[in-house]
Amino acid sequence: MAVMNMIEAINSGLDNMMERDDNVVIMGEDVGYFGGVFRATAGLQEKYGKTRCFDSPISECGIIGAAVGMGAYGLRPVPEIQFADYIYPGMDQLISEAARLRYRSAGEFIAPLTVRSPFGGGIFGGQTHSQSPEAMFTHVSGLKTVIPSTPYDAKGLLIAAIEDNDPVLFFEPKRIYNGPFTGYYDKPVEPWSKFDAAQVPEDYYRIELGKANIVREGDEVTVLAYGTMVHVARAVVEEHGINAEVIDLRTLVPLDIETIEASVKKTGRCLIVHEATRTSGFGAELSALVQERCFYHLEAPIERVTGFDTPYPHSLEWAYFPGPVRIGEALEKIVGELKS
Amino acid sequence: MAKPPRKTPAAKKSPAAKKSAPARKSSTPSKPVAKTTGGLKTPIYKATKAELMDFYEQMLLIRRFEEKAGQLYGLGLIGGFCHLYIGQEAVVTGLQSAIEPGKDSVITGYRDHGHMLACGIDPKIVMAELTGRASGISKGKGGSMHMFSVDHGFYGGHGIVGAQVSLGTGLAFAHKYKEDGGVCLAYFGDGASNQGQVYESFNMAELWQLPVVFVIENNQYAMGTSVNRSSAEDQLYRRGESFRIPGMQVDGMDVLAVRGAVEEALKDVRGGGGPVLMELKTYRYRGHSMSDPAKYRSREEVQNIREKSDPIERLKAMLMKQGVAEDELKILDKKVRKTVADAADFAEESPEPELAELYTDVLVEQY
Repeated sequence: MAVMNMIEAINSGLDNMMERDDNVVIMGEDVGYFGGVFRATAGLQEKYGKTRCFDSPISECGIIGAAVGMGAYGLRPVPEIQFADYIYPGMDQLISEAARLRYRSAGEFIAPLTVRSPFGGGIFGGQTHSQSPEAMFTHVSGLKTVIPSTPYDAKGLLIAAIEDNDPVLFFEPKRIYNGPFTGYYDKPVEPWSKFDAAQVPEDYYRIELGKANIVREGDEVTVLAYGTMVHVARAVVEEHGINAEVIDLRTLVPLDIETIEASVKKTGRCLIVHEATRTSGFGAELSALVQERCFYHLEAPIERVTGFDTPYPHSLEWAYFPGPVRIGEALEKIVGELKS
Repeated sequence: MAKPPRKTPAAKKSPAAKKSAPARKSSTPSKPVAKTTGGLKTPIYKATKAELMDFYEQMLLIRRFEEKAGQLYGLGLIGGFCHLYIGQEAVVTGLQSAIEPGKDSVITGYRDHGHMLACGIDPKIVMAELTGRASGISKGKGGSMHMFSVDHGFYGGHGIVGAQVSLGTGLAFAHKYKEDGGVCLAYFGDGASNQGQVYESFNMAELWQLPVVFVIENNQYAMGTSVNRSSAEDQLYRRGESFRIPGMQVDGMDVLAVRGAVEEALKDVRGGGGPVLMELKTYRYRGHSMSDPAKYRSREEVQNIREKSDPIERLKAMLMKQGVAEDELKILDKKVRKTVADAADFAEESPEPELAELYTDVLVEQY
């Protein structure tokens, strides 16, 4: 067991997998010699050589396309797209090739790549370094989408993603690489080392895809979140003294709908929180599913707190970010009747 | 609509093209010689003293502005990502001095502050954009990488590597369609030169004979990856050969070499010759962005280039050789420093945008 922040945990997971399986290879912009702009691949080229961890040109379409071909021939590539905002040139390869190869070859060929990519806001990155594009991928059948919220989860989920025989988008909430940001932007972020979730085994372990994590039990309202927003939602719930059940989805596809359903049937109320824009966001899917399965248990309309339907702004970031004020208002609205 | 593409295979004219040796073996000449394909010349520009002084002032303005931006970043007044142009000043100064404002268009990537200043845009509203203020050129909504000015023919400021090259191709198409005689300067970096859409653009531009100069600012590093670690053909001026686009490789640390070469390029393009590719060999002194410790290169490498090839020091030496008094340059330096200080004050004093601005300019309608 060691104390790790999220970057170190991801690095450790990559290291374990490269050690266990010669077919695991890493490529991406600056991942080799430089060790990644966020240092997620630091030391791996030194340890495993330039044929297994190497720099690619700035060619996102080529990176993902090549990874699909490598995967079809038996490798297990883990390409990095430096920021999720840069992934769009690779969309064609992800949607038309990676997601469909298994189906159109009737299972003869697979695309076992794991695309790692830092995503999300809260770092003053503006419109090309802050986006949360996860719903663009959950909309595509044949892709899996994983979003961890702690160092422990990041490593276990990453290993499961790499071992998975289907293409996985592994989005890393870069705002919480160093510590669980709670949305209170004027307060310092505590480092991961102060939290249990930073206790990470140095050896191999996996967390199965499709299993949500109940991070806080409660019976007044169910809060569904993933990535950075797990920590924001949890902090707000505690500040407002609401006995909420906070569920970290961990993976959007496959989705642990059973855990969600059981929780909402218990609480009768549901709040969904994500950074991404609202319209056609993953919250819309969650809301529909909860309504389909829990309609007769609902005591209040399902609420969503999300990014606004605008590009991610350069200034006014904290007005845009679905932070404590907006989450607090939504929670009070949902449980208001209960309290009065 | 288009003229048929060039009949002469461009590459054949060039002595460089005859050497079809693999890129890795291409030798660096002992002294910098401009290399070309397609027969274009790269003369050194003969500037008047007044022009030299203008170049000096322009380059100094960019450098001092960038130094100030670096300071404001350090103070937390500029957040997020900020890419400084220090070291590359001669490229944009030489190129922009040759185009016709009001007629030609300019587009670039995210390292764009210098281009805006060289387009004549007020340093105050550029600095205010960096600090995310309402008085910024994009009302604080764009930030360092996303700035625009229709009045100055400046089409951005684009954060996604290489994407602007296709847009520049479209601007050139529009120049030709409207028969306005304009040319687009489409700037991008050595890193961007490996994006697929750049080559889609090259093909279209030559096929349709579009008036565009593709400008590769080769500062040697795509973030932390050097050109020869990411490029099979690291002589980037040859990247247009298979599209029959003539190329030239120019010393981008020498403003007169840049100006001389771009005049030839523009002459060819304005004459209806279709696109030209220019590779400007330059160097950035700072990290890729403010958060880059630049551990992928040695301190000596940076120091060596600063000492031997600094574009501003080179021009300063030339001016003094021509009899310009040091005092005269000091007065200029003072003037530039004041301009930059005023810009910083303006940027600090301006308010942030109103909350309602979040929802403006998303679509034509408010919603």
